[in-house]
Amino acid sequence: MAEPLLSFTEVWKSYGQGEAQVHALAGVDLAIRAGEFVAIMGPSGSGKSTSMNIIGCLDTPTSGRHGFLGVDAGRLDRSQRAVLRNLYIGFVFQGYNLLPRTTAAENVELPLIYRGVATTERRKAAMNALAQVGLAGREHHTPAELSGGQQQRVAIARAIVTRPTLLVADEPTGNLDTQRSHEIMELLTGLNRDEGLTIAMVTHEGDIAAYADRTIDFLDGKIVSHGFVEEPA
Amino acid sequence: MLWETVRLALRSVRRNALRSILTLLGIVIGVAAVIAMVTIGSGTTAKVRDDIAKLGSNLLVVRAARPDRSGTANFTPRRLEQKDLEALGTELNDVRAVSGEAQTQLRLVYGSQNTAAQATGTDTEYFTARDWTVDLGRAFTDGEVRSGAGVCLIGQTIRSQFFGQGDPLDEVIRVGKTSCRVIGTLGSKGYTGFGQDQDNLVLMPLTTFQRRIAGNRNIDTIYVSVRDGASTAQAVSEVTAIMREVRGIQPGGDDNFDVRDMTQIADAMTSATTAMTGMLGAVAGVSLLVGGIGIMNIMLVSVTERTREIGIRLAIGAHERHILVQFLVEATVLSLLGGLIGIALGLGLAGGAASLLAIPFAPSLTVVVIAVAFSALIGMVFGFFPALRGARLNPIDALRHE
Repeated sequence: MAEPLLSFTEVWKSYGQGEAQVHALAGVDLAIRAGEFVAIMGPSGSGKSTSMNIIGCLDTPTSGRHGFLGVDAGRLDRSQRAVLRNLYIGFVFQGYNLLPRTTAAENVELPLIYRGVATTERRKAAMNALAQVGLAGREHHTPAELSGGQQQRVAIARAIVTRPTLLVADEPTGNLDTQRSHEIMELLTGLNRDEGLTIAMVTHEGDIAAYADRTIDFLDGKIVSHGFVEEPA
Repeated sequence: MLWETVRLALRSVRRNALRSILTLLGIVIGVAAVIAMVTIGSGTTAKVRDDIAKLGSNLLVVRAARPDRSGTANFTPRRLEQKDLEALGTELNDVRAVSGEAQTQLRLVYGSQNTAAQATGTDTEYFTARDWTVDLGRAFTDGEVRSGAGVCLIGQTIRSQFFGQGDPLDEVIRVGKTSCRVIGTLGSKGYTGFGQDQDNLVLMPLTTFQRRIAGNRNIDTIYVSVRDGASTAQAVSEVTAIMREVRGIQPGGDDNFDVRDMTQIADAMTSATTAMTGMLGAVAGVSLLVGGIGIMNIMLVSVTERTREIGIRLAIGAHERHILVQFLVEATVLSLLGGLIGIALGLGLAGGAASLLAIPFAPSLTVVVIAVAFSALIGMVFGFFPALRGARLNPIDALRHE
C-alpha cells in the first residue's frame, strides 16, 4: 500500500514543564489516505483540536512524526509550513473567519494573492469557486450582508479556490441550524466525491460525523477508535 | 506583490476611516507645524533682508557712543553736533548723500483726530540717503531747512488716517506743541520685519524740529550713503578719521561715536532670523515626533484589534513577511497621507500668516521634500515594531482571539 497522504507516528504534544506538564496528545498514530473524508470526534480536552492544528500545519508535535505528502511537516519552520498551507491545505472554521467589510470575491481571492496569482486570473478563479458553492451572483456582498450558511459557503470557496489536496474543517456546522448544517455537509461530501478532495473534519455532532467515510474518536489524548469497519491489515 | 500590498493597505485605511483620520491628525499637525514655521521663518528672513536693502545697503550710520558702564573704554560721551554733519558733508568723497536726523515719538492732531507717530527732523539729503520718495506735493528745500519753516511731509499711514481719500496738501496739523503745513506725502515703505510701521511718521526740516519740538540743537543720527561700487569699509575709516578730527580726539583715545555699516547689520539680522527659523522648526519637529508615536500607538491597537484577521491570513498561507509588509505599508501610507495633508495645511497657514504679517510667502521645495520623506520614515520606523508583533503571532492563538 502507498504511503498515506497524512500520517501521525507516535505523536506527542505536551504543554508546561515537570509536574505541571500536560499531554494534549500522548503517542497518537493515525493515517488518512488521499480521497478520504474523515471525521474526528471526542469530548473537549480529548486532543482533537490539537491534532487538527497539527494536521493543518498550524502547529508542530513536541515529538513524533507528522508526515504530510511524504515530508516530516513537524520539522519544517514557520515559513515552510506557510508555503505548505498555501499550496496544499484549505481551512474552514466554525466562525467562518471571513475578513469583515470585504466582499465575498475579495475574501476568496485572498489565498491567491499570497500565491502571487495575477489579478484577472485570480478574479476568474474566485468567481468559479463561488459558483461551485452555489453563491453565483453574491460575489460583491460583504459578510455582514450574507447569512451564516452563505458565509460558510464563502469560507469553503476560499478554502477550495487554491485547489488544495487537503481540506481541514473545524466544526464547520457549529454555528448553523440543522437545515443549513445538512446543506453544508452535502456541499462538502460533493467536493469529496466529485473532486476527490481529502477532508479532515472535527465535529462533536454524531449526525454530522455520519457524512464522513469514517470517524476517529479521541479520548484523553489518545485515539480510541479509527472507525474502520475492518481494521486494515 | 508590493503594489498589491499598497492597495490592500489603502483599502484597510479606507475601511477604518475614523481611526485612520485620528492617526493622521498627529502627523498632519506635526508636518503642518514644521512647514508653516519654516516657511514663515524664511519669509521673515527675506523680509528683513528686503527691509535692510530699503534702508540702503550702502548706508553708514553714525551715532554718538553710549556712555561706557564697564569702564574699559576711555572717552567722554558727546552728542553729535551740526559741525560733525557739516564736516562729513564737505570732506567725504564717493558719497551720494550725508544727512542728519533727530527724532522723537509724539502725538499728532488734525481736527478731532489724533495719533501717536514718529516725528523726524532732517535735511534735504535725507530723501536720497534713506531712499524715501515723495508721493504727492514736494520735499522741503534747503531754504526751508535753513529758516526752520513750519512745513512737513507725512507718511501714508497718517495720510490715510487723517485725510482718507481727501487732499492733505496745505492742511495744517499739530505736531506735539507746534504745528506745520503739509507740503507733501511720502511713498509707502510698509512694515519692518519687527512689525514697526515705517509709514507712521511726519518729516520736517531739522531746524524746525530742533527749535520747536526738541528745544536743543542735537542730532541723533548721521546717515552717510556711499556711492554704488565704492567700498563701505573704506568709507567707514574715512568717516572715523573725519569725526576724530572734528571732535578733537587725541591719538590713542577711544572714539566717542559709532560708525555702523548696514551691510554688517544686515548679515547679523539675517543670521539671527535664520537661527530663529531653525529653532521654531526644531520645536515643530518635536510635535512631528509625537505624531509618530501616535502612529505607533494606533498601529499597536490595530494589530491587537486585527489579531484574528492576521490569524486568518497566516492560516491561508500568508508568510510572516506578508504580514510585516502589510502593516508596515499601512503605517507608511497613513503617515505619508498625513504628511501630504500636513504640507497643504502648513503652506496654507504660512500663506495666511504671510499676508497677515505682510512678509513674503517663501515656500521651500527642499523643506516640502524633507517633510514628505520624514513622514514616510516616521511611518516605517514607528510602524515596524507593531508590524513585527503582528507578523510573529502564532496563527492558532491569533485565530482563537476574540
